[in-house]
Amino acid sequence: MKLRLKIWRQKNAKTKGAFASYDLDGVSSDMSFLEMLDLLNSRLVSEGKEPVAFDHDCREGICGSCGMYINGYPHGPVPGLTTCHLSMRYFRDGETITIEPWRARPFPVIKDLIVDRSAMDKIQVAGGFISVTAGAAPEANNNLVRKHSSDLAFDSAICIGCGACVAACKNASAMLFVSARVSQYALLPQGRPEAKERVRAMVEEMDRQGFGNCSNTGACEAQCPKQIKLFNIARLNREYYRSY
Amino acid sequence: MNKILFSAVSKKFVMALAGLFLLVFLPVHLGINLMLIKSDPEPFNTAAHFMATFPLVKVVEIVLFLAILVHIIYGIILQIQNWRSRPVRYAVRNKSETSAFSRFVIWTGGAVLIFLVIHFFNFYFIKLGIVEGDPENFYSVAYQLFAIRGYVILYWVCFLILGFHLYHSLQSAFQTLGWSNEFWKPVIRVISLIYAILIPAGFAAIPLIIQFFK
Ligand code: SF4
Ligand code: FES
Repeated sequence: MKLRLKIWRQKNAKTKGAFASYDLDGVSSDMSFLEMLDLLNSRLVSEGKEPVAFDHDCREGICGSCGMYINGYPHGPVPGLTTCHLSMRYFRDGETITIEPWRARPFPVIKDLIVDRSAMDKIQVAGGFISVTAGAAPEANNNLVRKHSSDLAFDSAICIGCGACVAACKNASAMLFVSARVSQYALLPQGRPEAKERVRAMVEEMDRQGFGNCSNTGACEAQCPKQIKLFNIARLNREYYRSY
Repeated sequence: MNKILFSAVSKKFVMALAGLFLLVFLPVHLGINLMLIKSDPEPFNTAAHFMATFPLVKVVEIVLFLAILVHIIYGIILQIQNWRSRPVRYAVRNKSETSAFSRFVIWTGGAVLIFLVIHFFNFYFIKLGIVEGDPENFYSVAYQLFAIRGYVILYWVCFLILGFHLYHSLQSAFQTLGWSNEFWKPVIRVISLIYAILIPAGFAAIPLIIQFFK
């Protein structure tokens, strides 16, 4: 395939960025989106040019490092996929692909397509843990958990913290992320003792980082590669009210 | 205290509570308006008189105005914060699959607000004595307005937009208040749809009935 790529290039947080266009041929439909960018970068390097900087690590959809805004969709147009899982067979030969970094006030651009997502880490640090005395593994049947609760907890625990929900939201709200992190603990007995402090601390930190307010629009749910559901936000709200 | 009143969740809570109150008020208002269909002006005028004078209604009226005010002010604050949370916009418009009723809710809200101002000039300000007119005969005021074709068309457009606003709002209020899960979400959507059709349709039908059956 032959593609025309319009990619956001920005030297660092202080300089102004701009789009640059690249014509790339020799792209195979079997490549992943990141492999396509690797191909571009190897060409750029051989031409003595600066390669495009982008985040990636596991390349198997579990680490949450990758993420770019592709043709108007965070992680691209296919639901339930991270950018690293996105295959080039979803694109047409000759297509123009516009690639932008996540845009949100708490996500300043570091370089090209890489943004600083430490605002999300700070939310996690504020309450995304349980305090337990370390020691031998406890007896598994001491804390009985309903199957339904454990399923729901698992479904929210698979959030990889990629930030696509923020990138998709018209308000750059992090509510889906926070709701997934709050839910994963709130649904299990191990998370209950610190539930009140946790939800307050995480919401407070979210506000401090400058994320927008949820308007129940659901772009986050539509774009989340792990398909975290919107009703987690209702649970987050419930947990928040119950904490007072 | 500030944290409680102005956290991302609390602002929405206040917004939703005020909105819900307005959602409860609408059917009451519609019930009274439906008396306009009668050719006898008495029942409607009596109801309007009762609403204007009964002490308990006075208290509710104050709450109602507070609700309207809070709903508008919080709506504007939330919207400004939301615009500010993305200083650099995307070059390609977001194509995520979302409901337009939700995306444009601030604008449908604004349109409803404009209608509300017109509405106040036509009725409420007469009662307050700001605008001239007979507060004891709102029946004929309504009939005079409904005789103006342009007004009726504006009236219909406003209620269509109100319907759009309500469809998003009811679902959204449930979600914000935490009353949603995988089972209730689709149910709430249907309830919101029914509400958002019935209430505006009820209001919009009145001038039509008056025109054709009188
Ligand atoms: S909720 Fe989904 S989109 Fe948001 S950070 Fe988690 S995995 Fe990414
Ligand atoms: S690189 Fe790890 S999720 Fe994509």
